[in-house]
Amino acid sequence: MTSASDGGHGYRLELEGITKIYPSVIANENVSLKVRQGEIHAVLGENGAGKSTLMKMIYGVARPDAGLMKWEGEVVQVENPAHARRLGIGMVFQHFSLFETLNVAENVALALPGNPDLDELAGRITEMSDRYGLPVDPLRLVHALSVGERQRVEIIRCLLQNPRLLIMDEPTSVLTPQAVYRLFDTLRQLAAEGCSILYISHKLDEIRELCHVATVLRDGKVTGDCIPAEETPKSMARLMIGKQLPVPERNLPTEPGEVRLELDRLSKKSDDPFGCDLRGIDLQVRSGEIVGIAGVSGNGQRELLCSLSGEDPVADADAVVICGQPCGRDRPNRRRRLGMGFVPEERLGRGAVPRMSLTENALLTAHHAGMLRHGMIQFGRISAFTRKCIENFNVKCGGEEHAASSLSGGNLQKFIMGREILLAPRLLVVAQPTWGVDVGAAAFVRQRLIDLRNSGTAILIISEDLEELFEISDRIAVIANGRLSPTKPLAETSIDEIGVWMSGMWEPTPASGEQIGA
Amino acid sequence: MLRLERRPEASQAMSYVSPLIAVVLMLIGGLVLFAVLGKNPLDGFRVFFINPISDLYGVSELLLKATPLMLIAVGLAVGFRANVWNIGAEGQLIIGAIAASAVALYFYGSAGGPHVLILMVVAGCIGGMLWAVIPVFLKTRFNTNEILVSLMLVYVAQLLLSWLIHGPMMDPDGFNFPQSRLFEDAALLPILIEGTRLNIAFTFAIGTLVVGYIFMYRSFAGFQMQVAGYAADAARYAGFSAKRMVWIGLMSGGAMAGLAGMSEVAGPMGQITEHVSNDYGFAAIIVAFVARLNPLGIFFASLLMALLYLGGEQAQQYLNLPSSISNVFQGMLLLFLLGSDVFINYRLRWKEAVA
Repeated sequence: MTSASDGGHGYRLELEGITKIYPSVIANENVSLKVRQGEIHAVLGENGAGKSTLMKMIYGVARPDAGLMKWEGEVVQVENPAHARRLGIGMVFQHFSLFETLNVAENVALALPGNPDLDELAGRITEMSDRYGLPVDPLRLVHALSVGERQRVEIIRCLLQNPRLLIMDEPTSVLTPQAVYRLFDTLRQLAAEGCSILYISHKLDEIRELCHVATVLRDGKVTGDCIPAEETPKSMARLMIGKQLPVPERNLPTEPGEVRLELDRLSKKSDDPFGCDLRGIDLQVRSGEIVGIAGVSGNGQRELLCSLSGEDPVADADAVVICGQPCGRDRPNRRRRLGMGFVPEERLGRGAVPRMSLTENALLTAHHAGMLRHGMIQFGRISAFTRKCIENFNVKCGGEEHAASSLSGGNLQKFIMGREILLAPRLLVVAQPTWGVDVGAAAFVRQRLIDLRNSGTAILIISEDLEELFEISDRIAVIANGRLSPTKPLAETSIDEIGVWMSGMWEPTPASGEQIGA
Repeated sequence: MLRLERRPEASQAMSYVSPLIAVVLMLIGGLVLFAVLGKNPLDGFRVFFINPISDLYGVSELLLKATPLMLIAVGLAVGFRANVWNIGAEGQLIIGAIAASAVALYFYGSAGGPHVLILMVVAGCIGGMLWAVIPVFLKTRFNTNEILVSLMLVYVAQLLLSWLIHGPMMDPDGFNFPQSRLFEDAALLPILIEGTRLNIAFTFAIGTLVVGYIFMYRSFAGFQMQVAGYAADAARYAGFSAKRMVWIGLMSGGAMAGLAGMSEVAGPMGQITEHVSNDYGFAAIIVAFVARLNPLGIFFASLLMALLYLGGEQAQQYLNLPSSISNVFQGMLLLFLLGSDVFINYRLRWKEAVA
């Protein structure tokens, strides 16, 4: 029935009726799942569907409240990750756990039992990396590695323990399209050798391409099993979100108007020793267009955003011009008064104060819009503003007096987006507009961005999600290693070309930052 | 098996109940302490907590002791809400007292008049603020830690005071005792209730509580400081100036501590000596925390702390215990508060042991 080979005793891993209840939410309810040996088994679901919790229980990080787990036919209770590793279960987390100041071999040694000899280990790492096409130099320091390379280190670290089940949690969210193909080759080779793989994702195309079997989770429950190759993305999406995928209205072509944001040879050294310096960035964003900036994270996005928002001003005032005013040295409040809105990547703790109510969080950036008199807060006005924001942007919450931390990621993003949009910005800068947001809320947010563009606002979006950028941008550019590629109209480029650019290679072959800047 | 379990959302109710639990535990701890020291716990309790406030004079003494605590705690709370940790209110109080005393002594023997007291109030506030400017400057300029700098300046202030009253400020007719002249009437705060020592500084303290409340809960500047305290990145994102918060936070604490110092020398003491402060600057930190940095809470917490001071004096007189027993009670209060604060974010759950 499946393309995987059946082992002598059937299943490698069986879960029966697994339930996990957290104080405020049921993370998993009666989940059953069976993985054969050599099978690449997808666990598909939206953010918050309970995928990660389920994997944590298999790997011994959390314990189920009810249910049974069988490993190669035997009932087991996994005590902790070390126990899981002894059983032969390896896991590559979405967020890497590597020490930046140690080299690759040292990082790997930390995860191995005992006190391995580093030279011998370096040899084994090289051998493993040759065998599975995972090129990594065991003596390089981790902070000098790209995200893709770090992921290879994590995978090698797992493989050195000869796992019979490898869990991959959203492995492609940080990779360029080309690196994704390479990863898939490695995973197929592993499966062919008999290793089972649990592949967590919400990306339908990837699952259709790679996985033999898929189990779909929604709201902590299994809503179906399928063979991805026999399904369409539409039918799988229906299983995943329970309804049709909403399709955003395409952009109407409009004639871009005046320049609202101009960057002129913006350069900046990063404060973070492992950060990325900005090198000669030139960019123009005009009224009535959406410009997207793609790139693998850690290539200067954070530094660029802080220079744009004013959280980290630059020395040269003329390097950042907002609505005709040079303001490179100004703090965020002056930039807001010029008509800039900004939605940061981190919602809790930066875009909103977790412990404060939604009303107070509205005041955070809306204060200059008539919410103050003689330095005193006008509570009536700010509440009215907050209610309007909650209503217009479909924010699901207990009410405006509830804390920001009580909202789900998607609803908080809608709230922050709503707050910035209701202030009628002339220029809006958005980082990762739909990162970690469920499909329905993501479509809503994208539609609002397109509406805002149609009303004449200049919008700059920095995102790691290429599909999203291709869905809503008018023009697109790539940031790599602190330099910005030229921008191209969407019609004149392709996902493949942008993918190549993401590794820093765009035409004409750049010899130095100056050449690009000129 | 009893387990500590994280609450899904921090409990608002618990954050107000927790100080009450701490007070109850402190009282129980006190009873045990009296018993261990060989005293009848109930007698101890009566002498410590009931006797001091059994008549009008006792209550007026309670309010008198609470006055500097209220002043300082409100000033500190403004900064604490923005994570600006001024631990040096004791030193700022001393400098404020010195500045106010200098004014009083300067006008000594002159005709007097209301301007003397007004100048003393101004000098007290400015003195405290000047002492707080040092940690502000070092923090905003060199990013030094304001906890350490403000704390170390306490000892500098104490030594400065000691030198002054052994030298320039010493009473020329005082037989070389280390204390200043007794202030003239024009340099003493008017008494509120005849026959007691309670003076007009108490109304300053109540006024400060009201102004503090409006600043913290109604003004945009107070809102900015609260944002900075809860999430520094959000304050930066919104464009609130971190330097300005350090300034406001330390200046409010310095000014109020200086005013408290003035109210001591121009009030119950009537002169400046080496014992100008009863550790009010440190006790006010405990007050601010027990009060959850809330002015209404500061009112009650100051009364409680003042009662501990009076109780200690009574215990010394009637129970033959050292008056430093007050410090033990203060310490217990803070310890139990920190302990019961765990239950703001966690709760106890009875769980069957997993087989």
